[in-house]
Amino acid sequence: MKRVVLALVLALCGFLNVTGLDGRALAEDMVAEQAKAPAAPVAPLRVPGATDDRDLPWASDGEANVPYVFHDPAHEGRMTGFEYDLMQAISARMGRHGRFVQNGWDGLIPGLSRDLYALVIDGIEMTPEHKAAVLFSRPYYVTVDRIVLRKNETGLDTLEALKGHVVGTIKSTAAERLLLDHDPTNVRSYDEETNLFSDLKNGRLDAILIDEPIALYYLADDLKLVGPPIGRVAYGIAFPKNNPGLRDAVDSVLGDLMNDGTLHQILARWNLWTPQMADYTGDQTLLDIKPTAWADYRQTMERMSGSSVKAMVHRYVSFLPLVLSGALMTLGVSALAMVLAVAVGLILALARAYGMAPLRWLAGLYVEVVRGTPLLIQVLFIFYGLPAFGLRLSPFAAGVLSLGLNYAAYEAENYRAGLMSVPRGQMEAAIALNMTHMQALRLVIVPQAFRTVVPVMTNDFIALLKDSSLVSVITLTELSQTYIRLSSTYYDYIGTGLMIGLAYLLVGLPFVRLARMAEKRMGRVVAKGHH
Amino acid sequence: MLRATDIAKSFGGNEILRGISLDVERGELISIIGPSGCGKSTFLRCLNFLEHPDAGEVRVEDVTVTSTGQWNRTDEARAHRLRGHVGMVFQSFNLFPHRTVLENVMLAPMQVKRMDEGRAHKIASELLEKVGLVAVKNRYPDRLSGGQQQRAAIARALAMKPSVMLYDEPTSALDPELSEEVLSVMRALDAEGMTQLVVTHDMRFARAASDRVLFMEAGQIVESGDPDVMFANPREPGTRRFLRTLL
Repeated sequence: MKRVVLALVLALCGFLNVTGLDGRALAEDMVAEQAKAPAAPVAPLRVPGATDDRDLPWASDGEANVPYVFHDPAHEGRMTGFEYDLMQAISARMGRHGRFVQNGWDGLIPGLSRDLYALVIDGIEMTPEHKAAVLFSRPYYVTVDRIVLRKNETGLDTLEALKGHVVGTIKSTAAERLLLDHDPTNVRSYDEETNLFSDLKNGRLDAILIDEPIALYYLADDLKLVGPPIGRVAYGIAFPKNNPGLRDAVDSVLGDLMNDGTLHQILARWNLWTPQMADYTGDQTLLDIKPTAWADYRQTMERMSGSSVKAMVHRYVSFLPLVLSGALMTLGVSALAMVLAVAVGLILALARAYGMAPLRWLAGLYVEVVRGTPLLIQVLFIFYGLPAFGLRLSPFAAGVLSLGLNYAAYEAENYRAGLMSVPRGQMEAAIALNMTHMQALRLVIVPQAFRTVVPVMTNDFIALLKDSSLVSVITLTELSQTYIRLSSTYYDYIGTGLMIGLAYLLVGLPFVRLARMAEKRMGRVVAKGHH
Repeated sequence: MLRATDIAKSFGGNEILRGISLDVERGELISIIGPSGCGKSTFLRCLNFLEHPDAGEVRVEDVTVTSTGQWNRTDEARAHRLRGHVGMVFQSFNLFPHRTVLENVMLAPMQVKRMDEGRAHKIASELLEKVGLVAVKNRYPDRLSGGQQQRAAIARALAMKPSVMLYDEPTSALDPELSEEVLSVMRALDAEGMTQLVVTHDMRFARAASDRVLFMEAGQIVESGDPDVMFANPREPGTRRFLRTLL
C-alpha cells in the first residue's frame, strides 16, 4: 500500500515538474512531513513564483486602483495603498519580503493558477462564485456600498429611489449584483473607477453605487455621498486551491495583525477604519491616529491635478520616465515580433507556394486559423493556456511570440502573393542554369518577390506596432498601458494622450524610414540601368 | 553526344510526344520545325527535364536519365547532373531582372560551380565581348533591347560551359533585324563547333544555317535530313503542306 502511494506521489511530482510546478519542493515537503509527521506538523511553505526562500510575490491590479494598491502619485515608480501596506505588514510578520507583481484585473486569477505569484489581494469580494475558484483568507476588510450623487441632486438616497435612474458601478461587484436585481435596464458597468466618476460628473450617469473606500477616495468637490450604508462586502486574500498551507499561514498572521491593532492602525492612516470593521474585529478602541496616508494622497492630487502651468509642467515631467519605459517595451516587443513575423512568414509562404502537399496544407491551415481568430485570444492562449502543455513563457517572450506568430500569417499571404507574381520563366531559367530548387528560390525568386511586398510590409509593421498594445493583458506595461495608468490616475486624458500618441509616432518613425530605405534601394536597382 | 530514345509525354490524356528518338552528333546544328502544337518545344524541354517525360531516356555525355513517369529524388539528382552539360535559351529571354547583365552571367558559375568572383568575372566578360554586349554589361535587363537581352541570355547559358545548347524559339519575340543579331551569334557558335538544337519558325535560318532539319507533326518526327534537300524536295505530304503554307 505504502509503495503504491509513493509511486503515485512520484508520478504526481513528475507531472508537476512537466507543468512547471515546483514538484521537487513538493516532494521534499512530503518527505519532510512523513519523516516528522507526529512531532512537527508544520511543513515548509510552498510559495509559487518566489525567486528565493525569502520572497513573497503577490499580485494586484495597480492601475488606478485607489486606495487599494496604486502608483503613488507623489513618487512615480513606487506603489502604495492600504492593501499594499497590509501586504508589507503580513510579509514582514512572515519573515519574508513582499514583492508586488502587476497584473490586469482579468488576469489576476488565471495568473494565480499559473503560479506566477503566491497570492492575490485586490478588493476581491468573497462571493460563492469566487470561492469556487480560489481559496480565501479570512476577510481583511469589511465594508458597505454607498450612493454617490452630483452635489446639486437630491432625493436619490436609497436603492428604491434609484429606480428608473441610470446608475453606474464597477463590473462583477456586489454593488453591480444589487443594482441588477433591482432595476437591470438602467445599470452601467465600468472597468475603471476613473471613467465611472467622470461619467457621473459629466451627466452620463445619475448616480453611482460603489464600495465605500472607492467612494471616499474618488469623491470630488462637485460630488457627495448620500443615504445609509447598503449591503455588506467582505474582501479576502485569494490563494490557489492547491495551496491551503500558505493560506493558513497568512490567515494566522492576519489574525495576529487584527488582535494587536496593526490592521487598525493601517486602516486608520488611510481613513478607512469604520464601524463595520470595529464590529467585525471586536476592536472598539479609538486609536489616536491621524489619517496621514489619506491626507497625503488628497494633497498630492490637488497639487498634481491642478491646472496651473507649474502643476502641469511638474506633472508631465514626472511622466517622462514612465513614458520612456513604456516606449522601450513597445519598441522591444514590436521589433522582435517583426523579425519573427518576417522569418516565419517567409517559411510559411514558401511552404504554401512550393512545398509538398501535406506541408502546403498545414501552412494553409495555420494561416487561416491564425488570421481567423482574434489576436487578444491568441495572446491569452499562449500565456495562460500553453503552460498546461508544459510550455511556460515569460510575459515578454509570450508577447513577442504571439504577436510575431500572428503577423507571420499576414506576412505569409503577402509573401505568397509576391512569390506568385514572379513569372514562371524565372524558375525555369534558374533550373536550366543547373541551380537547385533552393538556390533558385534564394537567389532568383525571393529577391524579386521581396520588391513587390515591401510597401505592404511597411503597413503591416505600423499596424503591428499599434497591436502591441494588446500585450498589456499579460502584465507588460507598454505605451497604451502607461496611458491608461497615467490618465486615470490624474483624470487627464488629453495631455497624457498627446504625450503617448507622440511616443507612438516617434517609435514608429524608424520603421517607416527603414521601409522607405528598402524601397529606395530596390528603386535604385532598377534606376541604375538609366545611365 | 546527345541521344534521346522513345520520349513520350502526355498532358491530361493528350499525347503530345509519341516516342521520339534522336541522335545528335558533336558540332551539329539541328533545327526543329513544325506547326504550332506539334510538340517541338515540349520535346526540347524534355531534353533537360524542365518537363518530365512519361517514358524514354536521355543521354548527354556520360549522364543517362531514364524516365518512367514516377519522378523522384534520384531522378531529379540525375537530371541535375545532366543539366550541367546542357544550356538553354528561352523565347522570353528570362533574364533575372534584379541583376545586371554581368551579374546574370556570373551568378550560376559562382553559385552552382563555386567559382571565385575573379574567374567568373573574367569568363563573363569574355562571353559578353563575344556576343557584343560589353558596353551594356552593367545595365539591368529592362534597359536592353530584345536582341541584346537574348544575346545576354546566350552568354549566361554559355558561362556554364555546356556541351549542347537548346534554343526554344529564340527569335520569335524579336523584330527581323534584332533576330539577325541573335542568329549571327548562333552561327558564330556553330563555327566554333558548338552543338546546338534550335526550335524555330525562321525557315531562312533553318535552311541556311542548319546541318540537319527535323520536321515534327503530331508528336512525332515525320521527316529529317539535309535542309537544302528537304526544303527543295520534301518527301512527306505533311512536310510539303507545312512548307507550302510558309513559303
